[in-house]
Amino acid sequence: MSLWKVAWRSIRQRSLVSTLTVLSMALGVALVVGVLVVYGVVYQSFHRGGEGYDLIIGAKGGREQLVLNTVFYLSQPIGNIPYSFYEELTEGKYAADVETAVPVCMGHTYSGFRVIGTVPEMFSELKYRGDRSYEFTAGRNFKADQPFEAVVGATAAARASLKIGDTFQAVHGGSEGGQVHKETFTVVGVLAPTSTPVDRALFVNMQGFYDIHAAEDESTEPEKAEKGHEKHQEHAHHDHDRDKQITAVLVCVRENPPGRADVVAKRINDGRVAQAVVPARVIADLFEGVVGKLQWILLGMAVLTVVEAGIGIMVSIYNSMSDRRHEIAIMRALGASRWTVMVIILMESILLSLLGGALGLLVGHGVTWLCSPKIAEWTGVVVGLLQFQWIELVLVPGLVVLASAVGFLPAMSAYRTDVAKSLITTP
Amino acid sequence: MLYLKDIKKTFVQPDGSPLPVLDVPEFRVAAGEQIGMVGRSGCGKTTLLHVIAGISRPDSGKVRIDDWDITLMPEAERDRFRAERIGYVFQTFNLLAAFTALENVLLSMRFARGRPDKNRARHLLNRVGLSHRMTHRPEQLSVGEQQRVAVARALANKPQLLLADEPTANVDAGHQQQILDLIRDTCHEENVALIIVTHSNEVASQFARVDRLEEINLVTPGVIAPAEDAKG
Repeated sequence: MSLWKVAWRSIRQRSLVSTLTVLSMALGVALVVGVLVVYGVVYQSFHRGGEGYDLIIGAKGGREQLVLNTVFYLSQPIGNIPYSFYEELTEGKYAADVETAVPVCMGHTYSGFRVIGTVPEMFSELKYRGDRSYEFTAGRNFKADQPFEAVVGATAAARASLKIGDTFQAVHGGSEGGQVHKETFTVVGVLAPTSTPVDRALFVNMQGFYDIHAAEDESTEPEKAEKGHEKHQEHAHHDHDRDKQITAVLVCVRENPPGRADVVAKRINDGRVAQAVVPARVIADLFEGVVGKLQWILLGMAVLTVVEAGIGIMVSIYNSMSDRRHEIAIMRALGASRWTVMVIILMESILLSLLGGALGLLVGHGVTWLCSPKIAEWTGVVVGLLQFQWIELVLVPGLVVLASAVGFLPAMSAYRTDVAKSLITTP
Repeated sequence: MLYLKDIKKTFVQPDGSPLPVLDVPEFRVAAGEQIGMVGRSGCGKTTLLHVIAGISRPDSGKVRIDDWDITLMPEAERDRFRAERIGYVFQTFNLLAAFTALENVLLSMRFARGRPDKNRARHLLNRVGLSHRMTHRPEQLSVGEQQRVAVARALANKPQLLLADEPTANVDAGHQQQILDLIRDTCHEENVALIIVTHSNEVASQFARVDRLEEINLVTPGVIAPAEDAKG
């Protein structure tokens, strides 16, 4: 009969208190797991969005705002840059450095989702999450010569109930109360889920994007003259061909020589027209600056919960010691050494902690797995039942250390048991 | 086999004053010998058994079992010595409630040698008539059955000496003789020296050698602390 079995029997002997203690520990560990999973989801959501291109080029201003708007479709555009700058990237002075350049125009929504004007290369040339190519669950990519064709992200299609052949009208601005453009776009493709912000947007041919503005400008010319130009700064538009503007350009630079993206970015940033940012860097800074600190705070609180549960184990075992002195004295009288009874008590503490830890891992991952459809819908990140974070590996030895620490006090109490005196005491 | 020389033991009372309990100039037991030890309540019987078993350390004197003086042993060694060579049957049985009859016997072996002998444990429980109750926990056993498990447990490690502290005191009259016979017969079969402490002259009269503690222990009886008094 092993000492582990002796410890386990003792735990079972006090089943109610043991169960409550294990539940308390499980709650703490489940919280830690929850924080880690949420952190992982947020991390992936943040970092996946900026993968697939090297630079974002947009109007001068806050680089974070440029990234938030272009990658995550959040916030408002800083402003626009001339279409001619895009041409500099594809045919002009930057062409030797640029492999792919995809313009994007913003300023419209549909059913709460951003409507982005772009070119077919957005899905035929650019990759996402490393080197994955965009795929369509239905239909195809829009064609360059069909100005009113559209492609819809997976989440947007599901939530806005859009399928192949459906039509929609873009709403001016970022809110539901904006002006509805009379031109209709026809859905020709539904993208497969990418777990990136692309899932939550609609993409239209940039030419169609310009066309609805051309029509709008012609019909509201007097009004525009009264209200001034500033209202139109938030979205791309064109007055005439020479005034065509875009919100940003997503750029892949040629691979050689290494560091070419930084060189191109510096040249652009030294100019007066636009700024270039490396999205991965800005995202990393944003993540560490905002979410990273929050994650440590949450993790700290969750760890405190585990420590509190550990103290609960100590209190539970320590309180039981007065009832168990007689039992310990019997073991000692049977020949168990002081060390043996001390080890048995430590084993009890470790078993309770590990049981609580195992249950907590199960509950933590089980709950997040049950919530995974919602998480995937909100963030595009799929959470699997067995999707562990490496830091969870620290949990098990961490719990053993915690259990040994909190079990030490009652174990010392067992160690110091006066056998002769405790044997005389009626159990 | 057992030799006590000049054993003195004094407790400290709550008010700090000393309370002498034992003063045994000499006491001997031969190998395989069976002794009935009688004495009034409070004369130090339990304390003497604790000193012989190495559970309590005397203030002075020697406790020799064969060639070993257990008073000179460090505590861990004394624990091991007790587990391997001395069996103890308590008045209140003192079975471990979380374990079955078989496990109570096995646990005693575990503490002594680290490796329990299941066959011997089963043999002993068969010997005390509990072959059908091995997987029962103490609460599922009658008082007599519990005491029989305690006897089997005390003999588990083939001790040289068995100490039995009022083993029939909590057993109903119908089972007292049965328990007594069981202890004596088993000790005889295993050539184990036996000291049975009792306040019953009827029990003591069955032994060829009966020692009165008042004659061995020079401390005046009846002045031992209440906790001791209740048992000893």
